[in-house]
Amino acid sequence: MAVLRPFDKLPELNSATILLVGAEGGPQQQLAEAMLCEKKDFNINIHLASSLPLPPERDHLRPRIDLIAFVIDIKSKYSLKSVQASLAYVDVRFFLGKVCFLVTGVGRVNNCSVEMNAIWKLGEDYCSPVIFCELELEGIRVATAQRLLRMLQICAGRVPGVSALYFSLLMRNSAGD
Amino acid sequence: MDEVAVEYIRRTVLKIPRDEIMAVLQKWGFLSEAQLQTINFRQTKESISHSVAQLCEESSAGIKQAALLDIIYNHIYPNKRVWSVYHMNKTGKASFFSFSTQVTINFREYEDNAIWIRIAWGTPYTKPNQYKTSYVVYHSQTPYVFISASTLRSNLPLLCQAMVVASNYHNIREMELRSHCLNSLKDIVFKRYSQNFQTNYPLQERNVLTENEDLRINDENRSEKERIHRLNQECFGDGPQPKLDFAQYKLETMFKSDPKWDVLEKKEPFRCLVKFSSPHLLESLKSLAPAGLADAPLSPLLTCIPQKARNYFKIREKSSLHPGSFVSP
Repeated sequence: MAVLRPFDKLPELNSATILLVGAEGGPQQQLAEAMLCEKKDFNINIHLASSLPLPPERDHLRPRIDLIAFVIDIKSKYSLKSVQASLAYVDVRFFLGKVCFLVTGVGRVNNCSVEMNAIWKLGEDYCSPVIFCELELEGIRVATAQRLLRMLQICAGRVPGVSALYFSLLMRNSAGD
Repeated sequence: MDEVAVEYIRRTVLKIPRDEIMAVLQKWGFLSEAQLQTINFRQTKESISHSVAQLCEESSAGIKQAALLDIIYNHIYPNKRVWSVYHMNKTGKASFFSFSTQVTINFREYEDNAIWIRIAWGTPYTKPNQYKTSYVVYHSQTPYVFISASTLRSNLPLLCQAMVVASNYHNIREMELRSHCLNSLKDIVFKRYSQNFQTNYPLQERNVLTENEDLRINDENRSEKERIHRLNQECFGDGPQPKLDFAQYKLETMFKSDPKWDVLEKKEPFRCLVKFSSPHLLESLKSLAPAGLADAPLSPLLTCIPQKARNYFKIREKSSLHPGSFVSP
């Protein structure tokens, strides 16, 4: 049961879960803490992983995942490769708005190892929004945390009238212009 | 009046950071306290150096004092030079060749049994040039010598011969170990760094949650991270690593490709050089796996650097029985 499926488990009351995949270490942990600091009216669970598949032994403890954010560090080709390898373990129904790509490290233009074309292509192939940020700067980190939190709310179905699919189409159309 | 010596002293003083000039001059001990008090250390370094030169001229400083100041400067700032490590042994026959050249030699002994030897090179026909110096650091109880040859590498064989004779050994061999940081080289050859120990006892499980916040952040790969941490501990040990600048691997292996492509008609070894450089090579290697940039365990070619006490490697083909490559000793 290595593939992550979106509707395999029952949702929990008044809570939502986000899975951050990729870019081990500092950036992930700090982003998670920033998300926890935000004001919200539901319980939030944050799971951190460096790649998929997730270890099977903790499968029964894991809640239903509402949003997967793949974190790519633009300074490291290795992080792009590991995200691309992890995408194979995600069920196709996740890509109807419950996946987004978070690209960090864009503040340091001189240290870019990953090509922009590769990132855009990834976003297009998987029909998911791409968010650029610089997690080392606190202001941008807080702003990114707020955006992710808002997306998580929508993906968990907590915003009436807006579904994850509708929202992702909205994000993609506005990015294309 | 030795103008060469005074100018040499002035240039040495110019190399020292301004805030530390007073301390170095006091260690030198050639100028008296009264004389040192007359120097205004709030001027520019150029002016300070001229003041010092003036005082040295008045006190008739010679080459010997100039050389001593140079030794003291290099002892305090050894990281400005590149040091190579040599190993002496008593095997084999002692062989000598005669060579005559003019040199200036100065010695100074320090507390940790280290003898610092400064040699200024000339030629058989000219006086020694004080600006072309080599340094030798020798610990009398050990067979190791640290040499910083700087400019004239042609004098290196003569220097090695002299060391062998002076220390009563027969042979000297260059270990493939070089760095800017002299203390780290000493740590590596004297085995003073923290080494890895293979533990056969299972580590205790760490189930303690430090803060309540942690319940909401779940690390899926915690056991993997702990495995990497444990492997790193086994490879590198706990303490700070010796400071090396680079590791160089010279490949002399055959190019292996699909036989039907037949890229190279001649069966020659493929020459390739790989160099890793870093301000602190071993610490950066240690942090590769935890940062997610490499898989743990790291290649033994990288982790064996302190144990084998070398950072230049030649990788050749193994002999015909077993295909693959091995590291030459």
